[in-house]
Amino acid sequence: MSVKTVYSVCGMCGVRCPIEVAVENGVCRSIQGNRHSPGIRGAICVRGAAGIAALQDDERPQFPMRRLGARGEGRWQRISWEEALAHAAEKLAEAKSRNGGRSILWSDAGGPFSDMRKALVRALGSPNFFGREAFGEVNTHHAALSLFGFGADRLVYDLRHARQVVLQNRNLFESIDVRQANELLDGLADGGRLTVIDIRATVSAAKADRFLLIRPGTDLALNLAVIRTLLAEKLYDAAFAGKWIADLEALERAVAGDSPEFAEAETGIAAGEIVELARALAQAAPRVVWHPGGMTARYRDSFLVSRTAYIINALLGAIGARGGLPLAAGSEDLNQKGLNRFVDLFPAAAEKRADAGGGRPAVYAQGPGLIHQAFQAIESADPYPVKTCVVYENDPLSELPDPGRIKEIFGRLDFLATITSAWTETAWHSDLLLPLSSYLERESIAGELPGLTPSLSLRRRCESPRYDTRADWEIISGLAGRLGVAPLSFGSAEEIWDRQLAGTGVRLRDFEARGIVPLTAEPWYAPLGAEFRFPTASGRIEMQNAEWRDQGLDCLKQVVVRPGLYACTFRLAVGGCSLHVEGHTVNNPILFKQMPENVLWIHPAAAASAGIADGDAVSVSGPGGTGRIRARLTESIHPEAVFMVRGFGRTLPVESRARGQGLADTALMAGGLERTDPLGGGLALQEHVLSVTKA
Amino acid sequence: MARHVIDLDESRCIGCRACEVHCQVKNRTPAGVRPGQLVAVGPERSRGEVRLAAAFRPCFHCEKPWCVAVCPVHAMVRRADGWVHVARELCVGCRACIAACPWKVPQWDETIGKVVKCDGCMDRVAAGLVPACVAGCTTHALSFAQANENVRKIRLHYARSLLVQKQRG
Repeated sequence: MSVKTVYSVCGMCGVRCPIEVAVENGVCRSIQGNRHSPGIRGAICVRGAAGIAALQDDERPQFPMRRLGARGEGRWQRISWEEALAHAAEKLAEAKSRNGGRSILWSDAGGPFSDMRKALVRALGSPNFFGREAFGEVNTHHAALSLFGFGADRLVYDLRHARQVVLQNRNLFESIDVRQANELLDGLADGGRLTVIDIRATVSAAKADRFLLIRPGTDLALNLAVIRTLLAEKLYDAAFAGKWIADLEALERAVAGDSPEFAEAETGIAAGEIVELARALAQAAPRVVWHPGGMTARYRDSFLVSRTAYIINALLGAIGARGGLPLAAGSEDLNQKGLNRFVDLFPAAAEKRADAGGGRPAVYAQGPGLIHQAFQAIESADPYPVKTCVVYENDPLSELPDPGRIKEIFGRLDFLATITSAWTETAWHSDLLLPLSSYLERESIAGELPGLTPSLSLRRRCESPRYDTRADWEIISGLAGRLGVAPLSFGSAEEIWDRQLAGTGVRLRDFEARGIVPLTAEPWYAPLGAEFRFPTASGRIEMQNAEWRDQGLDCLKQVVVRPGLYACTFRLAVGGCSLHVEGHTVNNPILFKQMPENVLWIHPAAAASAGIADGDAVSVSGPGGTGRIRARLTESIHPEAVFMVRGFGRTLPVESRARGQGLADTALMAGGLERTDPLGGGLALQEHVLSVTKA
Repeated sequence: MARHVIDLDESRCIGCRACEVHCQVKNRTPAGVRPGQLVAVGPERSRGEVRLAAAFRPCFHCEKPWCVAVCPVHAMVRRADGWVHVARELCVGCRACIAACPWKVPQWDETIGKVVKCDGCMDRVAAGLVPACVAGCTTHALSFAQANENVRKIRLHYARSLLVQKQRG
């Protein structure tokens, strides 16, 4: 019996933690975190541990399939890979010649290993590659762009060295970025202090020194009052502001009326607490992290919530600071040659993206894209017709609001193909299904992970595919070969890695000892030196971005639009938990057993007036429809909202465990595709009102 | 009691249950059988405080284990180094051990008709590793230590923090 360790990268959620897999005679036995990876030190979360069960599960697509009958009817014909790839290539070529490359939309999982897929989309002449961040994090990215001129991923959260951390719209201990979670706990053990602002008492709240239960949809008032306090009490870092902040006076004028008392009336948080928080942050400056939010597709003012969070960090001098939000380093910053990129082989499409219709501001083109708007172009043909869609490892029909509406939109497509390792609602609705090997059965291309300790990483094949599935590079190579895109057609993963690594000084064998190749020995903190400039017009952090303002996006304007709530009506709040973060975990045999259904969190006072007891079945209804779910009475939720974990209410007969369990949040979000943040452009999932009655 | 203990630092525990799953995967138990169990209460808010209490219950590996005494076929064994484990080939599935254990630690695996329980990952420990639950714990809340090692650490840490407070006045 031989047990060997294979270093790879987890694929159970978007974080992609480095792992090591115990492989016994060619079979994966167990998974833990990579022991050589800083911060991780062998740890892997519950979803990552359950990755083995996803590999062993036969309830996943096992061979290429072509649709028979109507879309979503579930009648499939097994076909060979040769047929499947030829069919997909033919459809893509046909789309390109008939409607132009821009009519092809690629909805992707994103992440560090997506370069080859991006390159194929470019080679087809389409600007329409959208990563997953285009859905949940777009407001945060846009907030960073409007202030700094760069996206959110250019800054790191130095949780290990921060003395004050504020988590707002970031439930770190349940969405679980293993490295960040450990760094924060290490920091707290060293005397760091944690404040959590949420409408729910989460695990993160349980770890906090200060938990502020906030009225849903009022975070902006809180942030504005903190900014005003920092300015009025002269608690901000005047030297930093003088050097790096443009238009401070405009900011001062904008927040002049936002007193802590005003914020108290809005948020339900005592004015004294707000002032106390501002003072505590100032004392710890610049070692402060006020998190601008991970998932910020929440309210109609989430862009401004995220933006004001960044402004607080800037006022405290935390931008660029150790223990604050230092710059992320990549190979370029270290004057090293980075990986050879496949996208560089092809010119970027000259066209604007499909999400640029409806007169939307041109500045959005700098961001990761608005996938919900791109989907609408399928129907409106504005800015141009989109007729072909490929979905790679994500599930618009369970992640985006209003699946009925999305099905209508998909109905206009000439061709919908899905590349997926697990069953998804979208795969079931497709014309062609290309089954991806599980992340434990496939290699990935190499990717660079920027950060304080930037590194190169790649996935290894831990086990041969159990079914007739393929790695993404095999699928892309197969398509590229048939489409005449020779530079993306490879015979082995080693050929790809060699090409990516050529001239970098890193060799493939460097990955063998530890799985990851760090680009620096020590964490790299870049000071904002004399020659540094933010990539904005002024070279500084812009409180009012003129380019954005000229396009109708006044970043200093307060937008307060709140839905009316009546007796027994609530805002719907949604999120993940440690066991289930994306729909594809619900049918995982181990994770399903741990949590087979979602429940509706409701405050006991609100429940009492509706005659609802703990464990009762309740009926929730909104304009879009009605659903049934069990109620969980808890003081852990604000009385104005009800909460449910996302991803449940699956409908597919091929998912025997998950089918029919719990309720899908997205089905209750009628009109949700159009409900967006007017400044940031992101979706506003928590702007839906439901009534709850005893079933 | 075994020479080693699996200890939980509650201040780091996030109640995610990775410990349970790492254990299940290592022991290849069905999804419903959990030799190690995390008992977590919360997060729950009451009177303004948010609490999350957690305890990990694999097996106490008792000094005088009732499960061993009651096993009619000597399948439940206490090794010289203290680990209490099931010799699977001997187990006849009578479940007397489950009835005898005051903590209900042994678990019934109906797919094999036998009892399974925490054996301290004695094979891993013999190979110089720590138990699977400890190795994979998401936040390094679990540790594997000599019986008095952690107690001593915590006692010292607490005493020192009192002294520091006193010094600062």
